[in-house]
Amino acid sequence: MRFVFKTSYAQDLEIFRDDVQRNWYVALLVGLLVLPLLIPAYLVDVSLVFIYGLCGISLMVLAGYTGLVSLGHAAFLGIGAYTHVYAIHDLGLPWVVGVALACAVTAAVGVLVGLPALRMTGVYLSIATLAFALIIQEVLTRWERVTGGLKGKPVDKPVVFGIYLGGDAAFYFVCLAFLIGALWLTGNLLRAPTGRAWVAIRDSEIAAQSMGVNLAVYKTSAFAYSAALMGVAGALFAHKIGFLAPDIFTVLLSIQFLLMVVVGGLGSLHGALFGAVFVALLPVAISQARDAVPAWLSALASPLGKDAGAATFLAVDRFVKKPGLEPGLFGLILVLFILFEPLGIYGRWRKIQLYFSTFPLYKRATFRRQKSYMRSERLR
Amino acid sequence: MRSAHPGEDALDTILQLVLNGLAVGCIYGLVALGFVLIYKATELVNFAQGDLLMLGAFTCYMFVVWYGVGYWVALALAVALVALFGAVLDATILRRVIGQPQFSVVMLTIGLGAIFRSFASIAWGSEIYTLPTPFSARATRVAGVAVSHEYVSIIVGTVALCAVLYAFFTFTRVGLAMQAASQNQLAAYYMGIPVKLMFSLIWAISAGVAAIAGVLLAPVSLIDINLGFIGLKAFAAAVLGGFGSIPGALVGGVTIGLIELFSGAYLPQGFKDVAAYVVLLVVLAVRPQGMFGAIVRKKV
Repeated sequence: MRFVFKTSYAQDLEIFRDDVQRNWYVALLVGLLVLPLLIPAYLVDVSLVFIYGLCGISLMVLAGYTGLVSLGHAAFLGIGAYTHVYAIHDLGLPWVVGVALACAVTAAVGVLVGLPALRMTGVYLSIATLAFALIIQEVLTRWERVTGGLKGKPVDKPVVFGIYLGGDAAFYFVCLAFLIGALWLTGNLLRAPTGRAWVAIRDSEIAAQSMGVNLAVYKTSAFAYSAALMGVAGALFAHKIGFLAPDIFTVLLSIQFLLMVVVGGLGSLHGALFGAVFVALLPVAISQARDAVPAWLSALASPLGKDAGAATFLAVDRFVKKPGLEPGLFGLILVLFILFEPLGIYGRWRKIQLYFSTFPLYKRATFRRQKSYMRSERLR
Repeated sequence: MRSAHPGEDALDTILQLVLNGLAVGCIYGLVALGFVLIYKATELVNFAQGDLLMLGAFTCYMFVVWYGVGYWVALALAVALVALFGAVLDATILRRVIGQPQFSVVMLTIGLGAIFRSFASIAWGSEIYTLPTPFSARATRVAGVAVSHEYVSIIVGTVALCAVLYAFFTFTRVGLAMQAASQNQLAAYYMGIPVKLMFSLIWAISAGVAAIAGVLLAPVSLIDINLGFIGLKAFAAAVLGGFGSIPGALVGGVTIGLIELFSGAYLPQGFKDVAAYVVLLVVLAVRPQGMFGAIVRKKV
């Protein structure tokens, strides 16, 4: 185990803990920069991972750090996407202005949603954001002059300062740049007084209030910041999918974002990114498994007899090709993570790290959840 | 049939809307009742309540159409099965998250809802079904208003169910024990009440109520795997009634049902679908404790 002995305040301000950690991140960055040369065919999918990463960071700030669980983040994504496309396509504004507008409009909507949120706690807020998302979806469907309604709205390729960035590699770097920017900004914000106040609110609103944290200011700012990030992600997402329709930004997408932060690990930026990778890769893995699993199982069953193998193949094949299976798998993963690994992938990674750094002395109890009795929210 | 007085037509329309609104509202009220029962007892909010309703409707459909069981027997079987399922769900999964942050509970029940929908689409298919009932497609004209028997069955069913539940919670030993367990767990333990069993029973009742709501709803709205999304509107009903009050849930449900139908008739297109959510947001922003104010701010 490495201990960093700090001798100056400047060391406290460093982003990375020590040189080793910094070198790992530099290596990761170099790897991402040369990735287009290695896998040119999959760049579009990796860009989607980056966009999901932005969404993950956004929701992580709100749900993981401030403790405000939003079930309506897809609505912010939708507002960002439609604002951006309306600005660059219908109003003919420059691309950068479009992104800035998307950011500003979603932040403003975020404040609007955040204001009533001051009076609600816990699950009420989730329900309210859910209602908000359903209303926004209806607005996107009905406001045809701006959104194109159910017919949808085509999205132009991005052209920034006269440079065409619609190619796979160019768009990849745009997304990467936005993701790194967002990570840097959020990381710094979270270790500054703002972030500390957010965490204080998450852990105990009443304690935070007694310590002089202005709940109104910090809750709304968390909403605004999270929504603004979602707006930027929406602008990029619009270019990624190339065609906007209201039924993209459904409650199911919001739940997918929540899946991202829960599976990744609540309360860490690493978790947001792990979750983004997980959620983006899961459909790919499922479609691979759809082809592979029937063959495996029939190979397993074939020693039982010649017909058993073929019958198993047919039965399993019919089962895995059912259309409703995928959301159920998402749900199952969510349930399993909450029951067995509430700290998510990042939590598991921390446990493995700690196991090796304290090798013979690792105690399982380090991460054991404190036994808690039901904390009542009613006083009657 | 044109009536002699222009005013009478409008009155007929209004009466018709009131009747349909009451029926739809009763369904919302029943689902909201399920939320409230569970919330009062365990402080968990069950986002899968609507999907339990969907399971109830599908189970009844399966018995009636696939196995040719009579409607009333199928109803009883569906309610019993879903109630049993609710109790098992509580005993095996949901009890483990009591006391954990509410976020995990919300996510857990959302995940369970997704699993139920997936299960339904695999077991029963993702087509749209109609459930034949003794009340289907019959109507009586009362004072110029076509009173459809399906709607009447919903209202009567809800009232009867509420009466039974009220009697159960007030006059039986088990009902009183359940009330005690929801009011104060620790004190209930001291009195020798098996609190865990009570919670499982409450889950069973709540799931059974959802199943009844599903079967009542089935002839009016068709059965498909997305039937459970009605649960979202029932949230509005529960919040309007002040999330911890049983009469509040029913009154809230009826209010939401009436608002929805009237906004569908008199406001521009699109408002019908969002009316419930608008009401929900307004209530949360203006009076978060709801009409019956069962929630008090936590004190230190």
